[in-house]
Order: sequence, then C-alpha cells, then structure tokens
Amino acid sequence: MYKYDEYDHAMVDARVAEFSDQVRRRLAGEITEDQFKPLRLMNGLYLQLHAYMLRVAVPYGTLDSRQMRMLAHIARKYDRDYGHFTTRQNIQYNWIKLEDAPAILADLASVEMHAIQTSGNCIRNISSDQWAGAAADEITDPRPWAELLRQWSSFHPEFSYLPRKFKIAVIAADEDRAAMRLHDIGIQIVEKDGQHGAAFYVGGGMGRTPMIAPLIKDFVPLDDLLSYAEACLRVYNRYGRRDNIYKARIKILIHELGADEYRRQVEEEFAHVKSLGIDPPKAEFDRIAAQFALPPLDASTADEIDRSDPDFAVWVDQNVAAHKVPGHAIVNISLKPVGGIPGDASSAQIDLMADLAETYSHDELRVTHAQNIVLPHVRKADLYAIWQKLDETGLATPNLDLISDIIACPGLDYCSLANARSIPVAQKIAARFSDLGRQKELGELKLKISGCINACGHHHAGHIGILGVDRKGTENYQLLLGGSGAEDVSLGTITGPGFDEDGIVDAIERVTDKYLAERTDGERFVDTFRRVGMAPFKEAIYG
Amino acid sequence: MKLLTGNDLKTGFVTWWTGSDWSIHIEDAADVGEHGEAILAVEEAARRVNAPYIISGEMTPDGPRPAHIKDRIRALGPTVRPDLTLKPADPAAGDWVI
Repeated sequence: MYKYDEYDHAMVDARVAEFSDQVRRRLAGEITEDQFKPLRLMNGLYLQLHAYMLRVAVPYGTLDSRQMRMLAHIARKYDRDYGHFTTRQNIQYNWIKLEDAPAILADLASVEMHAIQTSGNCIRNISSDQWAGAAADEITDPRPWAELLRQWSSFHPEFSYLPRKFKIAVIAADEDRAAMRLHDIGIQIVEKDGQHGAAFYVGGGMGRTPMIAPLIKDFVPLDDLLSYAEACLRVYNRYGRRDNIYKARIKILIHELGADEYRRQVEEEFAHVKSLGIDPPKAEFDRIAAQFALPPLDASTADEIDRSDPDFAVWVDQNVAAHKVPGHAIVNISLKPVGGIPGDASSAQIDLMADLAETYSHDELRVTHAQNIVLPHVRKADLYAIWQKLDETGLATPNLDLISDIIACPGLDYCSLANARSIPVAQKIAARFSDLGRQKELGELKLKISGCINACGHHHAGHIGILGVDRKGTENYQLLLGGSGAEDVSLGTITGPGFDEDGIVDAIERVTDKYLAERTDGERFVDTFRRVGMAPFKEAIYG
Repeated sequence: MKLLTGNDLKTGFVTWWTGSDWSIHIEDAADVGEHGEAILAVEEAARRVNAPYIISGEMTPDGPRPAHIKDRIRALGPTVRPDLTLKPADPAAGDWVI
C-alpha cells in the first residue's frame, strides 16, 4: 500500500483548509451558488436529489483497514449509516450536510484519503484491476504505475480544466477486469522481448456515444509512460471541443480526427514532451513500487480447502479466485444480496470487512468496478472462518459474475441526472432469478443497468444491458444485448422498443430462456449471442 | 398548480415554498401561481436555498402532488429505502410516487 509522503500530506491538508474556508463563505452568504458550485465539485461534493452527495476517491480501488473503518465512521457520523461503492472504485455518501463537509474531508485526510478530482473536467481517480498484486495471470502489479499516474495527474496545472472529464485505467493481465478499453485512456502493461512496456488504448468511453478505445501505441517503454500520457492529454486539451458538452470527450476527437491522425499528433507532441524530462527518475519509481510489494505470504501453507460444509463450498466455487502464491486465494465479497441495493454497505458491514482485512488479508481491501469488495491476500486455511463471518453479516452471497451480480447506478432514486430508477429493476431481476441453481445454470452473465444515457451503470458493456429513459414522464427501459467490458470488449445492441418496470424483467427471462435453448456446451450467454445474432432473441422477446 | 422547490443550503434537503417560508414537507407547499418567478428571484438573492425552480403539480386530497416522478421522489425520498423517506412508518407511501 502506498503511504503518503510529506508532499501528499501537505497537498491534501492545504486543500481541506482551503475548502473549509470556501464552505464558511458560502454558508455566510458571501458567495453565490454559481460561484461555489465549481469549488465544491472540485472536492467531490455534488448536490443530488435529496441532499449533498460526497464522492470519496479510492485510488485504483486499494485501501487498508484503517481507511475502510474511516469510511464506516463517516457513514455513521455524517450520513445515514451506509455508503455506496461505485463503478469507478470509489464510495459515495448520499446524505451529506454542507456544514459537515470540511470535517469529513479532515477525517479523510487523517487516513490519507480525499475527494479531490472526483468531479470536474479533470483526470479522475485512476482505476485498475481489483486483483492487482494478487492475480495469478498478471505479468506485474499495475498499481505502481497507477500511483505514478495519480501523482502526475493530481492538481496537474495543464489538465485541471480539460474539455471534459477524463478517466484512465491501468491493467497488467490479458484478462481485463477493469473495462480498460472503455476509458479515455486504457493502459495495459505488456511484455515484449523480455521487457515490460505499456500499450495505450485511447478514446474509449460509454455515455451517450459509446466507443471502444483503439490501440494508439502498442509498446511505450515504461520509462516514457508519463511523457506519452502527457502527449495524449495535450493533444486532447488543445483540440478537444469545448463548445459542445456532448462532443467534448476525447473519444469524439479521435473519432473525428481518425486514430492515425491522432497518433501522428501524439507522436509529434511526445517528441517534444520527452525533452521536458517529466518522467521520474528510476529511484523515485522504485520508491513507489516498493510500497506495493507482495506481503509476506507462506507458499508452503496448506493448499487444500475443507469443503465439507456445502454452503461454504458453493461460495468458494463462485466467489474465490486463484492467487499467484500457492496456499492463498482472492476473496470476492458480493454486495449484491437478493433484495439489496447493488454496491451499498452499512457501516457495520464496512467495519466487518475492515476487520477481516486486518486479520486475514494483510490489511488490504479492494473496491471493484462491479461494486463489490475484495480481500486480495487470504490463506486458503482461513477461508471458512472468513465465510462464516461474512455469512453472519449478509455478505456471503455466492453470486460473483452471475445474473444477480448486477451493476446498477443510483438511478432516479438518488441522482439528479437520472431519467428512471435503476435499483428497483435490479432488485426485481435478482428476485426473479433468486434460485442459485438457476443462476449457475445460466453461468457467467453480466447484467448492467443505467438510469440515464450517461451510463454510470455501464449498460453498454453488459452481456445484458438496461437503459432507463423518460418516455413522456414515465419510466421506460430499453434492453441491450451483447456488450462486454472485458478483454472481449464489445458494445451492446438495443433489441427494440422498451418496456415498463415489470415488462423488462419478463423480457430478460425470455432472453435467458432463449439462451438456454440455443447454447452449445461451454458457451456463455454472450458467446451464444455472438454466434446466433440478435434475430432469435428479438423473436423471443417481441414474438 | 405551481410549486416552488429547491434544496436547503445547509443540509441539502429538498424544500418547498409555503407562501412565507420553506418546509421539507410537500404537504406545506403553497401554489405560487403567477408569482413564482418573483418569489424565486427574491429567494435566490437570500441565498438560503440552492437552485430553486418552479414545477407543475396538482392538488389532491392528500395535498400537492408534483407532475413529474423525479419531483415526487424528491418529495418523499428514495423509493428503495422507505426507512429513509419522510414517511418511514407508512408502507404505502411509495405508491404516491409511482
């Protein structure tokens, strides 16, 4: 885990003091909302339907038990006893009072956390693989590079007022667990001729104009990673459209320029940026990387798991993943119980997960873009004890990557931008498919719901996606099939006319029934869809 | 009817113009009729309420009801957390929204 140095502390403390004064002036009536709004947004403070909402950054989704307990403390003391983990590996609080915001930021700063750049047209929280540093299939831990990018992008003077918000993801495995190619910049650490480098995919994104990022450079030497990122941003900052918010993202620029021309301009800029010497000396990178060293794990510890408790065995099969060190495992804690709200956790649950991390996972947790939590470094011998404690607290739902492991944005229940509610739809689908045997029969099926075209619920990237729209004042739900945010990235296609809240649940059942009828051995839902196409599904849905 | 609503500056809570002040309870909301813009201008200047705006609604036996579902959710609270709404003891309160 990265630990703040004196510069990090000074920057965050200064921001807390600055924002405290801005809040004081706003409450005293010295500044208007128009003047205050950009200042609060720079500190992650939105105004949503029912109250202020604070979005707290969890850099690349990594945090320790002390930080996790602080998130529980904030939920208890300043909010309504829960938090909402988001699709960008952050956490949001829905009931914040403006007068409490400075104290919350001070509390966060005390555990090396903040809400800086969780809003606004700047480089947002760097996201990454939630299994980074533990995954059996990664070539290196991508987080030192994510941390380097965090430091580079924090208060970057050129990139604080970009044409639009900017999201970067970094991975280091062929399996993409971070929806890397649906980011403004997706970086994959790759190996070539025995050397590690970075593949840059630029211009992806969801929202109203979803696009898959094209490969702009297949191998950037890691010593040049920051310079290349700087060049990518500079070209965007120079030519990205500021006249039209709907055409302001980098994906539009690259689409209009063409990937080849964008690449040419980046290369030209890169040649200049290289002369500026912005990449850190190796010693500085090594200092950062040392803080992400694998914790001391005993590879000789028992590799067998006692599966005599059948409920435990079901959970192990679904929610536990392979670790790079024998005798160890990655635990995925589902925040998707049937009837629950995807991504929500009470302060007691957050505290429990912190306790489990401290006792069993070398003090580390991760937030996933699928709105779940990970304990990355667990001895297999401890899995049963962990499962028992999770089960007591409603956190042992064995549904990872199954149809009820639904990504859903807050939707119209909370969000001022939303057109339709997402959460009730997620709850009805989870209830319809609550039988675990039925879910396992369907296999891997990623269902994602957004309550508006902004696509915070990643509906374009769902094997099954749902988009809530407003049709003459009534909630209506469009159905999409065939998307993926993984290494087989694709964008979903709309099936046809939309449905009401109950109708969309029925439509999904017809889709899954059709899949079961059409699939061949070993085919996932999305594989079958790609093989047979939309027509049979459309017929099943609409007749 | 026309209703004037916004979010309280300090708490962020949804608030409704009663004719003389603001209330978090939509039952207290007054029909601002043709005077909405004038009241809005005065209240914006007072800087107690964020981003006030005027909406359409209808008077029902249960009191004012906003025309759009977004404002009905604002008035009650999240439909998925009845315990956090303004009527936690009323299991049927969500029906008013839908």
